[in-house]
Amino acid sequence: MKDISSAIQLIPLEHYILLCVTLFSIGLMGVLFRRNTIIILMCIELMFNSINLLVAAFSAYHSDPSGQVFVFFVMIVAAAEVAVGLSILVMMKRNVDSVDINLLNRLKW
Amino acid sequence: MVFLFYFLSAIMILTALFVVFSKNPVDSVIYLIICFIAMAGQYILLNSQFLAVVHVIVYTGAIMVLFLFVIMLLNLNKEIILQKSKVTRISAVVTGGIFFLVMVAATRLTLEIHPRYAFDSKIGLVSEVGKTLFHEFLLPFEISSVLFISAMIGAVMFGKKDV
Repeated sequence: MKDISSAIQLIPLEHYILLCVTLFSIGLMGVLFRRNTIIILMCIELMFNSINLLVAAFSAYHSDPSGQVFVFFVMIVAAAEVAVGLSILVMMKRNVDSVDINLLNRLKW
Repeated sequence: MVFLFYFLSAIMILTALFVVFSKNPVDSVIYLIICFIAMAGQYILLNSQFLAVVHVIVYTGAIMVLFLFVIMLLNLNKEIILQKSKVTRISAVVTGGIFFLVMVAATRLTLEIHPRYAFDSKIGLVSEVGKTLFHEFLLPFEISSVLFISAMIGAVMFGKKDV
């Protein structure tokens, strides 16, 4: 325990920012890159989680437990979002018999 | 210990790339699970044990299993050759790269402003997080139950055959 908490101070906060920005851009790229709706939902989860890790890192470095609670709330919202998103996916599969995101373009323009 | 941070970061970035680029959706889910477990390791390194446990239970245990179940029920586990056009794919990669560059450039200027606070190793423990959650954030915590029940009703409504 002591060993771990002394090790964090050796890692600069910049490296956490770099890691989370990298993960967020990979998720953004995946949303634009793929046509499969389920992969797009997973990339959104990836972006959620990169932001969560960054908030937790800031909270640990500033010694403020409110950040940890905020991460918890973001997890709550993400769980609700996944439930609704996956049910939309199931409905889409039932109605158009495909998970191709390009078929759902009636609201696009 | 410092080595562990960079090791976990490398695993996370590699598996995140595999999530985007692998052909089979089941492979993507497995890679995302590996990424999330590495992220739980990062939480433990930050000494926020509550978040690490909740992350493993909620994400790896519930959400990713839900994804796997949907893939299994809808029979999506075949390799899909269907891809976006080449121009769209290249522009997606360029967009991600440009976003990365802009964010790195934007954060680079602000880094020196942050003062270092005294490190408190207790803030991530369950007792501290619970105290904060039930003292300062009691009302949002209760309201989130309304969010959950609306999400549940919405999922059931979407799942019904004839709406």
